[in-house]
Parts: sequence; structure tokens; C-alpha cells
Amino acid sequence: MELLVFVIASGMVLVGAVGVVAMRNPVHSALGLVLTLFGVAVHFVAMEAHFLAAVQVIVYAGAIVVLFLFVIMLLGVDTAEDLSIEPVPIQRPLAVIIGVGTVVLVGTAVIRTRDTIARGPELEASGDSNIRLLARNLFSDQVLAFELTSVLFIVAVAGTVLMTRKQKRVAPDRDRVGS
Amino acid sequence: MNVVALLAADPLLDGELRWTPLLIVVLKVLVIFVLGLVGTMFMVWFERKVVAGMQNRIGPNKAGPFGILQTLADGTKLFFKEIMNPARSDPWVFRLAPFLAFVPAFLVWSVIPLGGDFTEGRDGTVTWFGQVTRVQLADPPVGILLVLAMSSIAVYGIMLAGWASGSKYPLLGSVRASAQMISYEAALGLSLAAVLLSAGTLSTAGIVAGQNSLSNWNLVATGFVPFFVFLVAVTAELNRPPFDLVEAEQELVGGFHTEYSGIPFALFYLAEFMNTITMSAIVVTLFLGGPQPITIGETTLSIGFIPGALEGTLWFVLKLLAFLYAFVWFRATLPRLRYDQLMDLGWKFMIPISLGWFLLLAAIRTGDANQWNPVVVVVSSLVLLGLGYLLFVAALRVSARNREREGAMF
Repeated sequence: MELLVFVIASGMVLVGAVGVVAMRNPVHSALGLVLTLFGVAVHFVAMEAHFLAAVQVIVYAGAIVVLFLFVIMLLGVDTAEDLSIEPVPIQRPLAVIIGVGTVVLVGTAVIRTRDTIARGPELEASGDSNIRLLARNLFSDQVLAFELTSVLFIVAVAGTVLMTRKQKRVAPDRDRVGS
Repeated sequence: MNVVALLAADPLLDGELRWTPLLIVVLKVLVIFVLGLVGTMFMVWFERKVVAGMQNRIGPNKAGPFGILQTLADGTKLFFKEIMNPARSDPWVFRLAPFLAFVPAFLVWSVIPLGGDFTEGRDGTVTWFGQVTRVQLADPPVGILLVLAMSSIAVYGIMLAGWASGSKYPLLGSVRASAQMISYEAALGLSLAAVLLSAGTLSTAGIVAGQNSLSNWNLVATGFVPFFVFLVAVTAELNRPPFDLVEAEQELVGGFHTEYSGIPFALFYLAEFMNTITMSAIVVTLFLGGPQPITIGETTLSIGFIPGALEGTLWFVLKLLAFLYAFVWFRATLPRLRYDQLMDLGWKFMIPISLGWFLLLAAIRTGDANQWNPVVVVVSSLVLLGLGYLLFVAALRVSARNREREGAMF
């Protein structure tokens, strides 16, 4: 049963990931990304991290990819984008190098530490103790990092608003004088 | 890792997997699926009939007694209609979208407690064929978050339906709908957080078990405000009148499902009414004690001759019907909002008020835990919230003036 879940979820992740890269239409790529995120959520459930699974679906699939789709649809890049023209010529070789490098890094890390990766101590996973532990940890030991992250978000939002709402440097009432 | 944890935390599934529990689960799945479909059919008829009554018409009255089979007739007709694929549509996504709308609507049913035995202080479990279980399909530890997750998946159905139609009105309708659903999801989540604060658990069965008397109902325990915010946010989330800009027929023809016909259209239609029922059920579960009977102090309003296990379901259905009627009532009486009014209501009123209320509740609870003077806690939090509100109003003023200078319409 465990193996079956693992195989199906991994299949979802891999098919989705290939789809993101291989699909011609950006909307289809975004859907591939959703499939991948769902596969990861299934993995989380299989590891009894229910809360992480729920958050994975709500935040990533429900908010972030929806935002991607909004951008794709509103900007209309889904119709008129020629993939053969490269805006930055060096980015494809760079992407290949980074991709291969990441695979090699993760692969060696897994191979070298294969024996030391073991099951952690079994936690009492009755009901929502999982969430309680997370919350306690987040709001006691990690509270500074948590607050700093929220500050970072606020700064990002404020910065975005500032950049999009730049004051136009025109004399405000000049064109209304005549009317 | 075992199968049990994958399925649900239900006393039924403790221990090793045997035939009787498995059969009960299969039976539950079947009953809930059929109940969902029949309930949706009933809801369509109920809405048409009640709206007709409010508008001095007769409504459906030909098929069956009181026209109750009208929905069945309409559904059968839809089965025989041709499924059209518009020439400029994206065929694959066009087919997928109705299912993305329909499946989440059904999945939400699985976590709603539909009944249970709460007589004489029992905890809502019932015994079937010698097995102790709950009258709900699954009680996962993330419970209510599953509902949020499903409602965020439902956005995809609408969004992709509009995009894949390859036509302008559906696209506009779907962008509107998804913007509206995402905006109101924030208010929905924040008022939900107030409930979770008072319940202390995410599991729907746990939330229901905590509301064992009228003063413990989250409606009262969270001080009414989250309830009203939740109700309005749910109406907007469902794209129901007065928030049905998605289907504003004068502007957008039929909204995101303009290009759909036959079964795919029926799926959207079913999902819409299904969502109305499930969301009413969520409101009942979260705020009105779900299948709990009404208990004031020591006295319980009990329906004597009905066995305890059925009584819970009866209470649940009664409360549910009240909300279904309220939704139909909204539709019959309230005029549709303008788009900027809708967004203003969501972002500038509902989200601030639910956030402020949540903070107030949290402050009161912290004060209780540390035995601070409750008056001081409430007064100082109110002063702080008032200051925050003034800042907010000032910010709104500034932005309004800026927009005026740039010559915007609103």
C-alpha cells in the first residue's frame, strides 16, 4: 500500500515536472505545476504530515499557481510568444549547467548519506498533535524568524505598491484650466 | 505508516482492517454520493419554487407532485444534448474544467458531520453492526482545512473553463469569478480562524463536539461578528446573488460557462448547487453546532420519540434548511452589487473587520489564561484597534485623493 502510494505520487510529480518544461502552452505548463504540487501533497499525507499537505494545496496550488494563471491570461502571453527568440542568449546553456549541477549535488548528497538517513523517533500522531507541535515550535523557538518573514512580506507588498503607483511628473491641473 | 492514517481518524478504522468496517465505509461513500446528488436536485427545485413564491409566480408544477421531478427531467434532457466544442477552444482543458469544478464540490461532503448521537452527553459516535463510528465519511486531522483546499481547487474549474472556451465573455466572466473567489477567501479564512481559536481543533468532529450547549455554539462563543462575515464571504465565494457578477447576463451572457452545453454544463450547474448545500453545511458545522441539539443551560430541546442516532441528523437537516432558505431569500430580495462595490466590501470592510475581531478574541483569551483584568484587556485592545482603524481610514483617504488626481473614475 505504502509503495503503491509512493509510486503514484512520484509519478504525478515527475509527469507534472516534465509537463512544465515540455508543454508549448504556458497555461498547460502551469497545470503541470499544479499536478506536481499535488503529488508532493500526497507524499506529505503518506508521511503523516497532514497539515503540510493541506497548506501545500491551499498556498501553492490555491494561491501561487492561480496568480501565475492570472498573469498568463491577463498579459496574453499564451497566444503570442515565440519560444525560438531568446531575450537573454546565455540563459539556455546556463539553465542546463544549473540543472545538471543540482541533480549531481542532490544525487551525491543522497548517495553519501544513505546509511545515515533513518526513521526519526515515532511521534504520537493522534489527531492534530502534529499541528500543535508545529504551532508550538513556530511561536516559541522560531518566533523571531517568523516575525522577520512577515516583515519581509510587508516590505515586499509596500515596495510593489510603491513601484506600480509612481507619481507622474506632470503639472497636476494644467490641462483642466481651460475647461 | 499504515492504511488507517491514510484514510481517516475514525474509531471505526482503529485496529486491523476487517470486512465489516470496510463495508460500512463503502456504504457511507455510496450514501453520501447519492445524498449529494439527490440533495442537489432538491436544492434546484427548492430554489425555483421558493423564488417563484416570493415573486408571486407558481414555479415548476408539471413534473411530479409540486413539480419536484422537474430537475430530473431537466437533467435527463441535458444528457441527450450534443456536447459542443467551440472552434477556438483548448479541447483538453475545456473537457477537464467541469470536473475540476464538480469533484471538489463532492469531496467537501466527506468531512461534514451529517448526524450523530448527542443525547445524554454522548460524544456523537453511533454503533452500526457492532462497530463504533461517526456519521461522516472521514474525519481527517486537518478537517476544515480540506474545505479551504477544495474551495481553492474549485477556482481552477471556473478559471480554466473561461480560458479554455477561447471566447471573450467566458474569459471576462472567469477572471471576475476567480478574482472574487480569491478576494473573499481571505475574509473566509480569517473568520474561520476565529472559530478555530475557540474550538482549539481543526477536525470537524472536534469542532462539533465542542459546541455542546447554546452558549458554546461558536456563533455565540466568537461573538456573532465572524458568523456574519463568514456568511457574506460564503455567499460571495459561491458566486450567488447578490454577488453573482460572474453571471451578470446583461454584461457577460452566461459567464464562464457560456460555451458549455450538455453534460459538461450539467456538471457546472450541479457543482454550483452542490456548493450551496455544502457551504451551508459548513456554516452549520462551524457556528451552529452541526448535529448537536439545542441545549440551554441544563435543558435540552429533544425530540422524544426519535432514537438518539437519528435525532442528530434531524437537527442537522433542520439547521441546513434554514440556511438554504436564507440563500434563496438573498437571491430573491437583494440587488446585485457593482464590481467596485464588491471589491470594496471584501477588501476594505470584511478583511479588516474579521482581522480586528480575531485579534480581539486572541487578546481576550490570552488575558483569560494569564488572569489579567478583563476590563483592562478589552479596553486597551479596543483602543489599539481604534487607532489601527484611524490609520486605515487615513490611508484610504490618501489613496482616494491620489486616484482622483490621476483622473480615475472611482
